[in-house]
Amino acid sequence: MDVEILSRIQFAFTIAFHYIYPPLSIGLGIIMVIMEGMYLKTKDKFYENMTKFWVKVFALTFAIGVASGIVMEFEFGTNWATYSRYVGDVFGSALAAEGIFAFFLESGFLAVLVFGWDKVGPKMHFFSTLMVSLGSMFSAVWIVIANSWMQTPAGFHIVGEGLEARAEITNFWELVFNPSSMERLFHVLSGCWLAGAFLVMSIGAYYIIKDRHIRFAKSSIKIALVIALFASLFQLATGHQSAVGVSKNQPVKLAAMEAVFDTQENAPLYLFGWVNEQRQEVSFGIAVPGLLSYLIGFNPKTQVIGLNDFPEDERPPVNIVFQSYHLMIAIGMALIAITFLGAFFWWRGTLFKQNWLLWIFVFSVLLPQIANQVGWITAEVGRQPWIVYGLMRTSEGLSKSVEAGQVLFSLILFTIIYTFLFLLFLYLLNEKIKHGPEDPDLIPSEIGHPKS
Amino acid sequence: MEITFDLNTIWFFLIGVLLAGYAILDGFDLGVGALHLLVKGNTERRLMLNSIGPVWDGNEVWLVTGGGALFAAFPHVYATVFSGFYSAFMLLLFMLIFRAVAIEFRSKRPMQWWRNFWDTAFSISSILIALLMGVALGNIITGIPLGPDKEFAGSFWGLINPYTVLVGITTVALFMMHGAIYGVMKTEGELQKKLRSWVNNTIIFFVICYITTTMATLIYFPHMVEHFKNAPVLFIVALLNMLAIANIPREIHHGKDFLAFLSSCASIAALLLIFALGLFPTIVYSNPNPEYSLTIYNASSSQKTLNIMLIIALIGVPFVLAYTISIYWIFRGKVKLNNMSY
Repeated sequence: MDVEILSRIQFAFTIAFHYIYPPLSIGLGIIMVIMEGMYLKTKDKFYENMTKFWVKVFALTFAIGVASGIVMEFEFGTNWATYSRYVGDVFGSALAAEGIFAFFLESGFLAVLVFGWDKVGPKMHFFSTLMVSLGSMFSAVWIVIANSWMQTPAGFHIVGEGLEARAEITNFWELVFNPSSMERLFHVLSGCWLAGAFLVMSIGAYYIIKDRHIRFAKSSIKIALVIALFASLFQLATGHQSAVGVSKNQPVKLAAMEAVFDTQENAPLYLFGWVNEQRQEVSFGIAVPGLLSYLIGFNPKTQVIGLNDFPEDERPPVNIVFQSYHLMIAIGMALIAITFLGAFFWWRGTLFKQNWLLWIFVFSVLLPQIANQVGWITAEVGRQPWIVYGLMRTSEGLSKSVEAGQVLFSLILFTIIYTFLFLLFLYLLNEKIKHGPEDPDLIPSEIGHPKS
Repeated sequence: MEITFDLNTIWFFLIGVLLAGYAILDGFDLGVGALHLLVKGNTERRLMLNSIGPVWDGNEVWLVTGGGALFAAFPHVYATVFSGFYSAFMLLLFMLIFRAVAIEFRSKRPMQWWRNFWDTAFSISSILIALLMGVALGNIITGIPLGPDKEFAGSFWGLINPYTVLVGITTVALFMMHGAIYGVMKTEGELQKKLRSWVNNTIIFFVICYITTTMATLIYFPHMVEHFKNAPVLFIVALLNMLAIANIPREIHHGKDFLAFLSSCASIAALLLIFALGLFPTIVYSNPNPEYSLTIYNASSSQKTLNIMLIIALIGVPFVLAYTISIYWIFRGKVKLNNMSY
């Protein structure tokens, strides 16, 4: 294997692993703010203990998120040095802004959030929780802006020629509000809220099934369900917005997402299928005629540009993009269905008696995670062969001084360390779930704590 | 020497400030880690760990932001150094991950073997991180082989030689001293007594390393002192550095632990300032072929970007300082264990 494929695998693997955690932190962040807000309002110790439990889960996801996030900050330089030289002037500013505006805010107030319960008053503590939550979202803002610039570059010009050529900023606000950044930001954020909400619903439902911590579980589920209900619908709206954006800004990606080979009006929307790229057809598929055209332009006569209109070496791999995109949509629909069922039975007053639905809650924690991953696969693989759409190919962005053996070695180590880290995460999460929240009747003590 | 305060110069020193902030802040928690195994007993080790508990994570953010700022202001330096030092940086990243995990997981289970394992992981990773960073710094002093295309043209083993390892050990010694003083400040009773007795030893260890490094630099890498020869007024920085170091045992002796810690912070800042003044306006010195060196001019982003970034920094940095100071203020005083501790 050569440096290119190894670097691609390593980046994909490290970012996919990293992306398990930030969505959980962002989602749990909002939930903690709501819970602690209820504590401030009601002064009921119960809500404080509830917040404390979720803070512990949050701290765990945050720790692994930071550890795997440092890798991302430096991997552009280690593996994609030529890319870094080419885009540093533009892309680097977004990363630096993330550091200054988001990371310090998050990690500073995290100290108070986790360790400051008896160091500051309840209002100051609530403020810290709010700042951590806000910081985690700021971080999403800057990173999505940076990535969106790679999808729809704007606010720059190319200076120099040949090896000396690079992108330089002409307008900072055009970089920030590049054509895809805002719609993608909201789409990413609602994916994060769903990840957090479904984690809370899953653990809560498990407690109810096991008949433990009932009041805690019911309250947690209700809060999370409200967020999930809002986020799953918002996800649908922003997803639609993003797809319309892709059709305008990156038509070749849209063509791959729906396997449109020939430019056509009345383009169909597949519910599922398997793309045969050689024969340029979708087998075993079911399609709704005209729906793609309709969704993109609110008119079945809208023309959808096909893959064949692009040179062969400027098309992404079709089937991967098609499958991940369709899986994301299927899961998005399932999440809407699950939250609506939950809301319906809550309204009827029988939510916590529907054991089958509670079991669905328990396992559906995986759904937003999978959807987030395949959503990013759609976005990133769909951009190929470009690293910056239309400007630089991924194969041109590599580090020239790095050899295949070095990347192979680091990739093997990442695989071992991240596997180990993931198992530890599951183990410790499981320990926290088994331990459960503090009983509100007990004064917080070392009872049941393994450390002493 | 002449310094014109253009944007490139400002950014050279701003990144220096971020890295100095990192060295001062993460320096003490790496130092606490380096001393960790010398402390025996579970409660005492937990006290060590929890003395840095609320802050180590935030301290690492200085490194991340420093990296981001380097990317934005001097993309060629970011690209050349990180791809050139590929294997060394990967090792550093693995150690940073390992250390974070060790801190987080050490006290989660009661078994002795579990805790011993994570204690060892915590301490060794802390030492290796300091060592690797020192070796990287050493390579910036010796210079690294660069090509006309700004790319690194050497090998991993070429980065390791007696001088760079010496700078690495000096860094470990510096952080151990810094960490011991921080420990004295945050603990009480027997543990504090023990740490207090270590401060002098760590100072001696550091001063020996420092003198050796300085002599080796003067002999083998005179380009680092060029500016000092031309502008002897800069020797004030070196003098301040020595005074700051000499002040530490005095304050410790009088029990003014916080002042000792400030002295230690000042000596780290002065050391990095000497280093930065020695380099300026070069960032990565090319050896051989100095004409390929990366400087604050040929490796920088456009003036427009440097200007935008300066505005971002002017907006952001006051906030960053405000949170950092408030967090340290909230967690001032001796460390106590409770049910949220590590």
